[in-house]
Amino acid sequence: MVTSIQILFILVAIITLGCALMVVTARNLVHSALWLVAALFGVAIVFAILEAGFLAVVQVVIYIGAIAVLIIFAIMLTRRIAQDSGPRFNENWGWAVVIALVLFAALGWMLASQPVAHAPLAPMDARADPLRSLGLALVSINGYVLPFELASVLLLAALIGSIVVAWEMK
Amino acid sequence: MVPLSWYLIFAAGLFSVGLFGVLARKNAIGILMGIELMLNAVNVNLVAFWRYREPAGIAGQVFAVIVFAVAAAEVAVGLALFISIYRRRNTIAADQIDLMKW
Repeated sequence: MVTSIQILFILVAIITLGCALMVVTARNLVHSALWLVAALFGVAIVFAILEAGFLAVVQVVIYIGAIAVLIIFAIMLTRRIAQDSGPRFNENWGWAVVIALVLFAALGWMLASQPVAHAPLAPMDARADPLRSLGLALVSINGYVLPFELASVLLLAALIGSIVVAWEMK
Repeated sequence: MVPLSWYLIFAAGLFSVGLFGVLARKNAIGILMGIELMLNAVNVNLVAFWRYREPAGIAGQVFAVIVFAVAAAEVAVGLALFISIYRRRNTIAADQIDLMKW
């Protein structure tokens, strides 16, 4: 018995994995970045299927809106590399295929054999508001205010650090 | 309803594709894109476990938000490094940036 949500999930998963494969195999880096945008959008749809609407929006705004655009900018600033005709993989790519396949098989076997993987969908309280509790948890002293503040300090440090690193010293 | 194991296997596939990109890509920005795919796979797992196991608690979503912040910081610093390296050595091929290779 296959429901419509299952068909939707399978379609999204296959498209996302296909886009991810194109990201790592595309010859032109700009194409690679555009495939990355498609793959990130697929993950956003998976978040929406999981009823994490806020994270789906954040995925589109931060990953596609900021990170993907940043990557495309960096590719353009290093333009000569983007179109070089040399091999796009290093000489050890055969080992990389083997390691990735072995890891996938091991992870798939391990996860599918755990009883937790067959847990039923936990009922969501209709009156519960995940976004409200997420916001409260991020600023509550009994929740996650310390990781939240650490993340903001990390972002500030990364901002200053990347300006310093990319500064052109005369 | 979609079984939880489907999400886990989807995330494992995404992670493995990203790992292949990190190991095999020559261009440093290509490696960074592989890391982005791996971080996304982790986020899918976190949110799936949150939804199936503990939708009343919010820890899974909090972790995913922190991963977003770390990914943004990592990309900003990484791309700044690549631009700086490109300016000095005129390449960002990962096998030619071997100044510190033993």
